[in-house]
Amino acid sequence: MTFSRSLQSIVFILIALGIVGLALGGYLTPVSRILLDPVVTAQTWIATRYQAIQDFVSAPQDTIRLRQRNAELEAEISRLQTQVIELQQQLSVTNILSALVDFARANPENTYQAASVIGYDASPFVRYVLINLGSDQGLRRGMPVVTQAGLVGRVAAVTASAARVQLITDPASSVNVRLQPSGAQAVLTGQITGDVLLDMIPQEANVQTGELVLTSGLGGGYPPDLLIGQVSSTRSQAQALFQSATIQTVVDFSQLEIVLVITNFQPIDTEPLLPQEETP
Amino acid sequence: MTTLISIPIMGILAILQSSIVSRLPLLHGTADLILLMIVAWALQKRVDTPWQWCIIGGLMFNIVSAVPFGIPLLGYALTTAIALLLRRRVWQVPVLAMILVTFLGTLISQSITLLALRVVGSSISIPQALNLVMLPSLLMNILFAVPAYSLASELADWLYPEEIKV
Repeated sequence: MTFSRSLQSIVFILIALGIVGLALGGYLTPVSRILLDPVVTAQTWIATRYQAIQDFVSAPQDTIRLRQRNAELEAEISRLQTQVIELQQQLSVTNILSALVDFARANPENTYQAASVIGYDASPFVRYVLINLGSDQGLRRGMPVVTQAGLVGRVAAVTASAARVQLITDPASSVNVRLQPSGAQAVLTGQITGDVLLDMIPQEANVQTGELVLTSGLGGGYPPDLLIGQVSSTRSQAQALFQSATIQTVVDFSQLEIVLVITNFQPIDTEPLLPQEETP
Repeated sequence: MTTLISIPIMGILAILQSSIVSRLPLLHGTADLILLMIVAWALQKRVDTPWQWCIIGGLMFNIVSAVPFGIPLLGYALTTAIALLLRRRVWQVPVLAMILVTFLGTLISQSITLLALRVVGSSISIPQALNLVMLPSLLMNILFAVPAYSLASELADWLYPEEIKV
C-alpha cells in the first residue's frame, strides 16, 4: 500500500517535471494558448464591465469637480484678459504721456497742463472737443492746445471743471501761419470736411510741396512756431490775388485722447485796435 | 413727473451723442439722438409733454455743442410742431409718421444750424454741407428712427399706462 503511494507520487513528480521541462522547452505554447485565450477573453470582458460600473458610480463626483475647476479656470482667464486689456490701455496712455512729457521738455518756454478729451461736439457742422479741465485748474479762454505732434486748437469756452476747445479744422477757425523755408505768411482756415486750407499766400511767394506750416504768432491768437503740418499741394491762378494750398496736418484729429493746454500764454485781443466805422 | 424724467433721459442722450455717436460719422454726418427722442416722444398718442421734452432736449444739446445758443432749440421746436401736426392726422401709422417727421426734422434743424453758423461767420460751403453732412445725417437718423420709436413707446406705456374701462 505504502509502496504503491510512493510510486504514485514519483509518477506525479515525473509527470510534473516533464510538463515543466516541456513548458521550458516551449513545447506547450500552443496548448497554453488554447487554454489561456478563453480565460483572457473572459477576464477582459469582466474587467471592462467592472470598470464601466465603477466609472458610472464615481462619475458624478468627478464631473462636479471638473465643472468647478473649469469654472475657476474660466474665471481666471477672464480676470487675466481684463488685466491684459487694462495694462494695454495703461501702456497706451503711458506712451502718449511720455511723448507729451518729451514735447514739454523740448519746449521749456511754455507751461502745460495735460487734459483728457472727453467728448466731441454734438453737431457735425462744427469741430470742437470737450476736455476734462476747466477754470478750477487755471484754464482760460484763448489758451492754445497742442499735442506732442503739433497744434490742436484753442480753448473757446470754460466751465469750472471742463472746457471746450475749438479745433483748427473748425470752419470758423483761422490761424496766422508762416511757411518754412519760403517764409511766406498765410492764413489757415478749417473746412467742414475736417481738412485745413491755406489761403492768402502772396502770389510772389515760391511755395513748394512739403514745406512746413508753423504758427506765425501774428494777431496774438497763438504763440509762434507751433507746428501744424506740411503743404501737400498748391494752387495758383494768374488772375487771383493770392495762392492757396492744402495741408496735411501732423495731428490726427479723429484720434485725440490727451492734449496739452499751454497755460502761460495770454492771447492778445486786437479787436479794439481795429479801425471803427464812424457813425453819422 | 414725465417732464422731470426727461432731464436724465436727455442728459444721457446728450452724453452718448457727444462721447460715442459723434465719433461714428457717416462721411461727416452723424445721427441726432436727441432729435430722434423728441420726435418719437411727440408722436406718442397719450403723451402730453412734447414741448417740455423739446425744450430740455434743445438745452441739453447746447451743453455739448458750440452751435449758437438757442439754434438747436429752434430746430427742435419746429420739428415738434410738425410731429404734433402729423400725430393728429396720420396717427394710425405711427412708424410712417416717425420716418416722415425724422426726415423733415433733420432737414429743418440742420438747415437752421447751417444758416446760423454762416450768419456768425463760419465759412461753410452749402453744397459740401448738403452732401457731406446733411444727407448722411438724414440717412443715419432714418435708420435709427424705428428703434427710437420703439423705445419711446415702451417709455410712454410705462409713464402713461392705458386706462382699462371696467
